[in-house]
Amino acid sequence: MSEEAFTRVEAFLERAPYARFLGLRLELAGDEMTAILPFAPHLVGNPILPALHGGVIGAFMEMTALAQLSLVQPERRIPKTIDITIEYLRPGRAQDTFARATLRKVGRRVANVQVECWQDSRTRPVAGMTGHFLLREPVQT
Amino acid sequence: MAETYETASPGDRMTTFVPHAAALGMTLVAIEKGTGVMQIAWRDDLVGDPETGVIASGVVTALIDHTCGLAISSAGEVPATIATLDLRIDYLRPAGARLGVTVQANCYKLTRSVGFVRAQAWDVDPSDLVATAQASFMLTRPE
Repeated sequence: MSEEAFTRVEAFLERAPYARFLGLRLELAGDEMTAILPFAPHLVGNPILPALHGGVIGAFMEMTALAQLSLVQPERRIPKTIDITIEYLRPGRAQDTFARATLRKVGRRVANVQVECWQDSRTRPVAGMTGHFLLREPVQT
Repeated sequence: MAETYETASPGDRMTTFVPHAAALGMTLVAIEKGTGVMQIAWRDDLVGDPETGVIASGVVTALIDHTCGLAISSAGEVPATIATLDLRIDYLRPAGARLGVTVQANCYKLTRSVGFVRAQAWDVDPSDLVATAQASFMLTRPE
């Protein structure tokens, strides 16, 4: 993982319309990447509680997994999501949300990635995700 | 009297009164007992990868989650709250470039505290799916 790869992933997110729509940001500390979803009113799914939309949390975790994969394999095109399983543990409240991805297995063709998402404390996760991602051929240069 | 979240019809409650549904431009296509169909039209700010022009998979995720909730709220006595327990989505293929997405969700089992839902997503043809999903929801009944 390099600073250069991180800059490239960040630049992609700045170009990607849906990532901008959500307001997704990334931070790198050492070799650990944290994805940050700052709270915004248009992310609310339950206006009574209020709580973040479950789809927002799912999309946020999926993008965290894709960003982590792009970070360790900068020479490849962005992987394709095969499947994701999201477990919702607590309501996502109207505040900033964080996520980190663990690459459990990166094979030749498929990667298995686990993501955890939290707000106040990492020990009280809001949701978890496991996904399979199809790895693509290196970009032709 | 202005319509509020509490007094809105199930269709309005699931679209205009949910900020994220309104932000994505979700519309209600059909609703009957235990089944709901909702749609998001293609929009350039919902694209995942600007090189392909394909709607982001996260948008499909949000529409699936939302339509599943609609299917549950139409399946029986409306629960006070519906909380997603888990949601598994298989992405069968990317949606076509510059195409919106439609989701049909069916609540095939409803107990006092849990609802089970299946959903399908497509862009043009309901027999050529973009994604399939399976979800379970925890329900809280009104006192």
